[in-house]
Amino acid sequence: MIQQQGMTQKTKAWFKSGTPWIWMNAGAIAISLVAVFGLLLLILFRGMSHFWPANVDAFYYENGSNSLTVIAEVVESEIVPAKSLHGIDNTGGDAEGNIERYLVKTGNRDILGSDFRWLYDIDLVKREQPEELMVLERIEWGNFYGYLNSVYENDELVASGDQAWPEFNERLRRTIEIREKILHLEQVEIGAINYKLERLRLKERSLQLDDELTEDAAKELAEVRAELDLEYEDLLKETKILYQDINRDSIRATVMDGSEVTVPLEKIVKSWQPNNMSIANKLGFYVYTLWNFITEDPREANTEGGIFPAIFGTVMMVMLMAVLVTPLGVIAAVYLREYARQGVLIRVIRIAVNNLAGVPSIVYGVFGLGFFIYFLGGNIDALFFPEALPSPTFGTPGLMWSSLTLALLTLPVVIVATEEGLSRIPRSLREGSLGLGATKAETLWRVVLPMASPAIMTGLILAVARAAGEVAPLMLVGVVKLAPSLPLDGNFPFLHLDRKFMHLGFHIYDVGFQSPNVEAARPLVYATSFLLVVVIVTLNLTAINLRNRLREKYRALDN
Amino acid sequence: MTDTITTTIDESLLKGSAATDADEICMQVKNLSLFYGEAQALTDISFEMKKNRVTAFIGPSGCGKSTLLRCFNRMNDLVDSVRVEGAIMLDGDNIYAPDVDVTSLRQRVGMVFQKPNPFPMSIFENVAYGLRLQGINKRRHLEEKIEWALKGAALWEEVKDRLEESALGLSGGQQQRLVIARAIAIEPEILLLDEPASALDPISTLKIEELIYELKSQYTILIVTHNMQQAARVSDETAFMYLGEMIEFGETNKIFTNPAKKQTEDYITGRYG
Repeated sequence: MIQQQGMTQKTKAWFKSGTPWIWMNAGAIAISLVAVFGLLLLILFRGMSHFWPANVDAFYYENGSNSLTVIAEVVESEIVPAKSLHGIDNTGGDAEGNIERYLVKTGNRDILGSDFRWLYDIDLVKREQPEELMVLERIEWGNFYGYLNSVYENDELVASGDQAWPEFNERLRRTIEIREKILHLEQVEIGAINYKLERLRLKERSLQLDDELTEDAAKELAEVRAELDLEYEDLLKETKILYQDINRDSIRATVMDGSEVTVPLEKIVKSWQPNNMSIANKLGFYVYTLWNFITEDPREANTEGGIFPAIFGTVMMVMLMAVLVTPLGVIAAVYLREYARQGVLIRVIRIAVNNLAGVPSIVYGVFGLGFFIYFLGGNIDALFFPEALPSPTFGTPGLMWSSLTLALLTLPVVIVATEEGLSRIPRSLREGSLGLGATKAETLWRVVLPMASPAIMTGLILAVARAAGEVAPLMLVGVVKLAPSLPLDGNFPFLHLDRKFMHLGFHIYDVGFQSPNVEAARPLVYATSFLLVVVIVTLNLTAINLRNRLREKYRALDN
Repeated sequence: MTDTITTTIDESLLKGSAATDADEICMQVKNLSLFYGEAQALTDISFEMKKNRVTAFIGPSGCGKSTLLRCFNRMNDLVDSVRVEGAIMLDGDNIYAPDVDVTSLRQRVGMVFQKPNPFPMSIFENVAYGLRLQGINKRRHLEEKIEWALKGAALWEEVKDRLEESALGLSGGQQQRLVIARAIAIEPEILLLDEPASALDPISTLKIEELIYELKSQYTILIVTHNMQQAARVSDETAFMYLGEMIEFGETNKIFTNPAKKQTEDYITGRYG
């Protein structure tokens, strides 16, 4: 009895001491940390392992008279009961008990019909990793796996056997150089001429609409156009020559079913022999591939190539949003906090502003589409770009409307943070300024706002964090699966606010759920997610760094 | 713009010469009452202040000293519900007249607050603040004025080599002298000091008191203080306030040695407050 009492007292004392609370709090933190880091590690590992040049296996299966050779990378493996597989194994044989099965990437979609297949661990005769196995990344049809036989120049044999691999790589380098030249010619130079021609057409149309298209003007335009056409012809000739050059070489290689196929070098992006590479080589290759992923345009319905336009679009849109939301939010907050008479009306407005932050983002998207694009954009087109009609300039989703919509979405955050900051400026500093004969406005501009700038930055940080991850409204107001050109380029006026753009968040959705090749897209979803996180963290760290500097500069009086 | 500057300088010079006439009335308070909403904070206060004298306001906490001081540069206007009756005549004009420009009044009546409140800017910019507000932006002109003001506030020697550094790096006493320099840089006629030394250590306090003594030759000074020794040391005239009323006003010597009212005597001898 006494002992029991002692126990309850001990328990009571333990509860009183607050230890369980500390444990609970620490536990909550631990769970949060595990969740966050688990998430990051998962997308990091799943995404980044995609770029590693994994070894390629050759599997040899035999069951009676049936035999099968598979050349593939193992993606994942699992143990399954053989019963559930009944009749669908590699060679048509039967198995009992549990067997292992692999998901392998065989590539060669053009020949085999699909990139991935399941393999079962029965009737396996031999499994090896031949050193001379070659992997090619191609512009179309995904990866190619096979053995290199020979290299051809204009259908004439140049090298075969041991010489084939170095010769092939030599020629591939040349091909890539030519390809880059063609790309530059087509996208930058011919692109610029097309852009100029389009503007010329619009100019002509605009003169026509204004009834000012005199004969002189028409002649002048025709002259310019003739000049541009001439330039265009020249460039076209140049590209034609380059195309002939690039089509010169090809290779022949044996694929897993034993047939020999011809692959033109023009279709090849990269080549490697994973089984023949040292760890250092693989590391170098890994970094190179990752770099390509970050800096290149996507190919093959976004399932191959890089995601540069999406990174660029995301950053661009967020920065533009920040530029739009800051002045608007700060000015609104200054009015609410400094000038408006604090009464019922202001309280209601403040509550309304706070609640705006809770409106689902898709609603903002709908508003952006209805008001900004159809109403504002439509009227802007009618007023300023009648020459382009019926094709819209601003009356269609684009970068500006996306930034504006997100600026609206994040406005409450900036207003609330700024108000908070303004209310924290010590009264003594305001009085100090007023006492020197400053008006209220002067005090605001010279003392109060600079001192509130760290708080404004805090608002901006929250706004950026929210805006960079937002996808739903963007699908309505400007994001596309594939944008033909970046919103920033060398053609006047350089920043094209009317253009559609790509966005990492939408890219994830598109690759993950709209892709024709699900297995190939999966690692890209992780990789893109990871990059999205990196971009947001980078944007935030930049803003936080800036805020800390401002804080240091305007640190409020502590005494 | 330069015209106005020269005229203000000329005026101050004229005033400086006129300052020999110690009995010239600078400010007159006539039946001043102040209300915060319904609550009355000051009741029917009337007195006169002479040029180039130091007047100290003493009294227990909440007696309205600071409120009275803040009437002279209309700092009380910042409070929404405030209402003022009566008049304060500065050089013969009522500063509560409807046509008075409050900002130019505040340029004529400078104020130093209880806690040092330098702006989070460089020392130079702090002193230049009031000048820039008046549109003086020429570097050379500013430099001259700032040196003059900092010397006036006995701070020049300590900060002349680090004018571009943040004012927040100064000690409390230096900050308070910086704030005084900032106030005198725009050459006011009157300086209001609201417990200027209450947040400072004894040595800094001494420096501020010496400074007040120096500044007296150029400015009419009104000082609120809790410290009766300080009032006795620095002021020529003293006003004792209690519960929003001015109980006694007179020569400092007389107030401290031979007060006319019993309440004054009780306070000075420490019987309440």
